[in-house]
Amino acid sequence: MKPFTVVEGTVAPLDRNDVDTDQIIPKQFLKRLERTGYGPMLFHDWRTLEDGSPNPDFILNREPWAWAPILLAGRNFGCGSSREHAAWALSGFGIRVVVAPSFADIFQANCFQNGILPVILAEETVGTLMKRATRPTGYRMQVDLERCTLTGEDGFVSPFEVVPYRRQALLEGLDEIGLTLQLEARIRSYEAREGAR
Amino acid sequence: MNSSSSPAHEPPPVRPGLDFSPPRTLFDKVWDRHRVHAEEGRPDLLYVDLHLVHEVTSPQAFEGLRLQGRGVRRPDRTVATVDHNVPTWPRSLPIVDPVARTQIEALRTNAAEFGIELHDVNSPHQGIVHVIGPELGLTRPGMTIVCGDSHTSTHGAFGAIAFGIGTSQVEHVLATQCLWMDRPPVLRVELSGRLARGVTAKDLVLALIGKIGVDGARGHAIEFAGTAVRALSMEERMTVCNMSIEAGARCGMIAPDDTTFEYLAGRLHAPRGKAFDEAVADWRTLPTDPGAPCAAVASLDATQVEPQVTWGTNPGMVVPVTGRVPDPDSLADAREREAARHALAYMDLTPGTPMTEVTLDRVFIGSCTNARIEDLRAAAEVVRGRAVHPRVRAMVVPGSTAVKRAAESEGLDRTFVEAGFEWREAGCSMCLGMNPDILDPGERCASTSNRNFEGRQGRGGRTHLTSPPMAAAAAIAGRFVDVRHPEGGA
Repeated sequence: MKPFTVVEGTVAPLDRNDVDTDQIIPKQFLKRLERTGYGPMLFHDWRTLEDGSPNPDFILNREPWAWAPILLAGRNFGCGSSREHAAWALSGFGIRVVVAPSFADIFQANCFQNGILPVILAEETVGTLMKRATRPTGYRMQVDLERCTLTGEDGFVSPFEVVPYRRQALLEGLDEIGLTLQLEARIRSYEAREGAR
Repeated sequence: MNSSSSPAHEPPPVRPGLDFSPPRTLFDKVWDRHRVHAEEGRPDLLYVDLHLVHEVTSPQAFEGLRLQGRGVRRPDRTVATVDHNVPTWPRSLPIVDPVARTQIEALRTNAAEFGIELHDVNSPHQGIVHVIGPELGLTRPGMTIVCGDSHTSTHGAFGAIAFGIGTSQVEHVLATQCLWMDRPPVLRVELSGRLARGVTAKDLVLALIGKIGVDGARGHAIEFAGTAVRALSMEERMTVCNMSIEAGARCGMIAPDDTTFEYLAGRLHAPRGKAFDEAVADWRTLPTDPGAPCAAVASLDATQVEPQVTWGTNPGMVVPVTGRVPDPDSLADAREREAARHALAYMDLTPGTPMTEVTLDRVFIGSCTNARIEDLRAAAEVVRGRAVHPRVRAMVVPGSTAVKRAAESEGLDRTFVEAGFEWREAGCSMCLGMNPDILDPGERCASTSNRNFEGRQGRGGRTHLTSPPMAAAAAIAGRFVDVRHPEGGA
């Protein structure tokens, strides 16, 4: 996992609440064995028409949002199925940050595991940014994980909060298993104590 | 405790089991028991008693282990089956989809290589992972149980902390048998009264989600309590806990009681004899202590609940069958109005339409929510001696091979087949359109599953969630009907 420090780029607005993981990555793509290559399948059913051609109306198919590293969405983003493929699809597409008023829990955890930073902002603030991000010229922001600030090209600034150990892991590009195995002795003593259950 | 005894008397002994620690919820007790490591500012490291594995979310996890040269720490606490991708047509026929075949073969290879028990397609114990766990006595009170599937919450019906995890976490559990988790706050859901005749646990939980919304329990562990809960059978409790994820909960739990212990007695992997008695004595200490604080409370009177049908594209968009498709303009919040309009356009429904006028193309009785023997019995009772509507294609998919065989020994399969239902092999089937059981674009389906998201059962497919008797009655009438009334069925 690459360390995450600062991400800068266009913000793609997805002005919907309760975007579920079936929309982020439909089930027909869960059959692959790999962890990579899911970028083209992101939001597949919204991004493609029945005949397989790109939907010209979907935000990520249009300039200037087609290469956006930052996604802006409504509340409860990532609800539904636990499929980590949702995070792989976002990161495969190039999304490094998702900004929303709230996230579903499993999805949020999957983001951190895959180098994507979920940023929670107040619903009103998200609403304001949605309007800016929807302008035909687009809207650029910088997300700084070291300082925990969001800065917009027009001078908008907001702090955000990230749980400290999650922030540290993203900054260092850390794998969780290696961290846990440092506590091997504790796991062994738990098993010795409680093993029979 | 002070005894005001005079010096001539011995102070009374402290009562055995008297505990001065603060009152705790069921959730707290199970969580505290499983903490391997706790540290300020970090999640707790929890031990996992049971790790259930299926073919869709495990290949990359095993691949990750292989790449790092790691093994599975506790193969004896890891159980695998095939359910999501497996076709429900006869097992003698080949799996046609090459990717499904690859995933199932990968699980076989991985199970053999890493020494894990696998209930494969021809095993009598094969089935949907959340159906076989309880059946086999693997799921027990006071456990922590995880699986790479969000409906793992089902096992909470036994008083276990059970939740879904992502593939990286699957890999982490395989390697360490532990999981880093932030302790969620507890939402106590009081379900009072009792379900009326013709109203099921599925209706109860749909009504609850309709009331509190798809993010009403977000981030919380739900503890279901109250008279209505105590009256539920284990299978009914599983239906309720299964759907707790659809209210946004991290997991759902019901305290164990005699109903739980009776269910478990004699199951294949349950403790036996003296060990069982000792386990039961321990399990009796699990229910929430009087006065234990919880973060939030919600309530619902089960007596008032009617049979439910979803109209929209999430489980919270639901009304009683006696109700109508709502009018988006009547909703208070602008985003909700927009979401409702969008949902009605996708579902091709007109505001104000009575739900009993919604006609159907398909009916699916199955899924980890409602495909156990009691569900099939309830549906069969409605179907007996009647015929599936000529327009409708209806299927019953038992939740496990064991359920299928039990149903066949009771003649339920004949009841369904004579009425015109397809009777299938066990698997997740049309709950999620990943295998050959899938809706065509525009097809409208009454389904006993757990999600009605856009495209869930097939791109462009229109899903209405409902209970097994309601789905059965809809198959016969060709439209939704109220099962409580004679013309609607039993």
